[in-house]
Amino acid sequence: MIAELGHYALILSFCLALLLSVVPLLGAWWQDEVWMRFSRPLALTQVVLVFASFVALTTCFLIDDFSVQYVAGHSNSLLPWYYKMSAVWGGHEGSLLLWALILAGWTAAVARFSRQLPLPMISRVLGVLGIVNIGFLSFILLTSNPFNRYLPNFPPDGVDLNPLLQDFGLIVHPPMLYMGYVGFSVAFAFAIAALLSGRLDATWARWSRPWTTVAWAFLTLGISLGSWWAYYELGWGGWWFWDPVENASLMPWLAGTALMHSLAVTEKRGVFKSWTVLLAIFTFSLSLLGTFLVRSGILTSVHAFASDPERGRYVLMLLLITIGGSLLIYALRAPVVMSRIGFSERSREIFLLLNNIILMVATLTVLGGTLFPLGAEYFGYEVSVGAPYFNLMFAFLVPLLVLIMGVGIYSQWKDTKPGVLVRKIPLLAVVSLPVSLLVPWLYGEMAFLAVVGVFIATWLTMATARDVIQKSSSKKGYIRGWLKTSRSFKGMVLGHLGLAVTIMGATIVSHYNVEKDVRMEPGTIVTVAGYQLELVKFDKYRGPNFLSERAEVRVRNSAGREVSTLFPEKRRYTVSGSVMTEAGIDPGLFRDVYVSMGELVADDAWAMRVQYKPLVRWLWLGSIFMGWGGLLAVADSRYRVRLRQRLGNDTRKLEAEVGITGKAAPFARGEAG
Amino acid sequence: MKRFLLFLPLIVAAGIFFLFSQMLEHDPNELQLARKDKPVPAFALPALRDASRILTEQNLRGEPMLVNVWATWCPSCHVEHPYLNKLAKQYGVKVVGLNYKDEREEALKWLARLGDPYVFNIFDEDGRLGLDLGVYGAPETYLVDAGGIIRYRHVGVVDDKVWHEILLPRMQEAGWQGAES
Repeated sequence: MIAELGHYALILSFCLALLLSVVPLLGAWWQDEVWMRFSRPLALTQVVLVFASFVALTTCFLIDDFSVQYVAGHSNSLLPWYYKMSAVWGGHEGSLLLWALILAGWTAAVARFSRQLPLPMISRVLGVLGIVNIGFLSFILLTSNPFNRYLPNFPPDGVDLNPLLQDFGLIVHPPMLYMGYVGFSVAFAFAIAALLSGRLDATWARWSRPWTTVAWAFLTLGISLGSWWAYYELGWGGWWFWDPVENASLMPWLAGTALMHSLAVTEKRGVFKSWTVLLAIFTFSLSLLGTFLVRSGILTSVHAFASDPERGRYVLMLLLITIGGSLLIYALRAPVVMSRIGFSERSREIFLLLNNIILMVATLTVLGGTLFPLGAEYFGYEVSVGAPYFNLMFAFLVPLLVLIMGVGIYSQWKDTKPGVLVRKIPLLAVVSLPVSLLVPWLYGEMAFLAVVGVFIATWLTMATARDVIQKSSSKKGYIRGWLKTSRSFKGMVLGHLGLAVTIMGATIVSHYNVEKDVRMEPGTIVTVAGYQLELVKFDKYRGPNFLSERAEVRVRNSAGREVSTLFPEKRRYTVSGSVMTEAGIDPGLFRDVYVSMGELVADDAWAMRVQYKPLVRWLWLGSIFMGWGGLLAVADSRYRVRLRQRLGNDTRKLEAEVGITGKAAPFARGEAG
Repeated sequence: MKRFLLFLPLIVAAGIFFLFSQMLEHDPNELQLARKDKPVPAFALPALRDASRILTEQNLRGEPMLVNVWATWCPSCHVEHPYLNKLAKQYGVKVVGLNYKDEREEALKWLARLGDPYVFNIFDEDGRLGLDLGVYGAPETYLVDAGGIIRYRHVGVVDDKVWHEILLPRMQEAGWQGAES
């Protein structure tokens, strides 16, 4: 019964999405205010229905309703309750439902928090989002319904969730990632709405900026969660594999980063309008492409746990309509007149343009590397593109990007005084060069790319730090001055520092990782990078749905003091019979000690892999900074000030205060009429 | 003219769509192209453990076997490896490794740590044999019969399901006399 209710709610929400995409758009076309006013209630009701449907599916999991095919395929009565909940998005149908829920959520958020926007604009934006909603809801209903039943005979128990996914990282990774992917649909909707209205000025950029930044922050966190998960769960300490599905999430991130910067130029200076619109379309298209690549089975990958050409064909059609349609609108409506606003070759505009170009080249590099094997295969050749290609390209592009960035931070809109930028270079170089030589020397090996990596990370940190000092100089001292800077400035600083931290982590861990593969039995002591690891004993225990062989490893530092005790495991999941490695990790800000179990080699001896991973945490620490910076930038007061002016009503001020992008009072009607 | 430039993204996207629609029909698990039911292409490559030992297509004859394409840079190979161990040790399947675009030292470490299911390993550093075979990516597993003819190609991880539903019937078809399960 619950499943049927969920199914019913999903069908209803599809009908609402139909209305949402037709009524407001027609209203905006005919200038009919009543029709346009339908947009918000429709969007808000729709999210309630999708949410109801999601809750229904979750309930089916929690009560072990194995007559529902999807539940039987991805859960088991032995599964702990929290994995039963996360198993909702452990397979194809459920993750699409999550996608749809988040999309409806973003749509409703736009409806609720954009009350200061003119009615025709918001109607068009919600209408476009409605179309995207139709696409995904129909995809679920027609090809991937999670509520299908096994009737009349259903299995007594489920086949269990893929053990790889039974993990905290996998509870949070997909929702975060989808928040990012789907969030770019808002920027996309704003871009299309602006094209449709024919008024492609700076205002749409201002409106879509906070949404884009939030989406980007989520995507950043989502990607790094995925990387963190792979690090500790796959059992051999890797954190990025250039796997097609990882690439599919990296591409919208790169394009989204470019979009964020290009929106800034369009908002502040009113230039690059057509380019920014194209980027918004491009970014969302890449998000959709990511979904397509994962879901169609067109590329084989670890992630492709659900693939089916039928579904692939449907997603392809969706892509064709969304991407093809929006690019067609773009081609017909984008302005061709060059703007007359001038800027010099030392202006901030130029630097952000360079940023965009490099990020686009990086995106196309990844896109090319991912699609090239497909193209070659079509013409009868078979090739594979692996990590070396991507590493080579990024070892070239990232330093270029960061070097330009370090100087570009000091540039000003329109023009920077001649000489100002050039004068910054010596100081940056004088600090970065010794650091970049010293750090690799301390780690014991001068690798060229390690020097480059440390150099650019220091370069960026120094440039940002100097900028902070400049901007926070005030009569009341630097601390007061810093506190007085705007949140969007603080956000930018955090974001850039985050990038530096991530680069530093990636550089050091790639070059100075120490690993040993050893045979260990009780009493064996292994030394790795100054740490002594003693194997105390092996034992076995029974988890809720697995049997585990566990080792106890005592870690001492070079002084002989005990640092921690690690318990790496080898788990056999009883239902599916698959074996998983759980690494034992002693995390630290400057190094991780990482122990994983390989094979049983003798009666009481295992082949073990012991690793010393310097600065590996910095990879994710940097992403946390970046994501935090993004959220901070959106919390900037200017987004709220504008709203307060608009509302101009004291009683509603309080509620507006809370807002991010101008969360308006819920019932503040009568504006923007 | 400028308007035409704005159509450029649409045209590029159309090209990519065309490619996708063509590729969608193909099942990567099916060996298509020319190699099905043809002999293993001629090659002469060193063995992984002993660089001085040269292996050729003659070494891939005599009994039905699986040729498994793997590399240490391939995450799925790591997932697959324990099952290959099981196939080799418990079921007695002859598994030959094709170590693809890899580094010798890394590969040897991998085998030392995870166990070695392979009768021998062909060390294909530049991916030449991979190219001739039409390797799409690692892991891939080819079923080669006693006469050295490629009978089947599986793209992706070999697990219990793949073995029992796909590979085992074909191995038996090729005259394999091993254990049933």
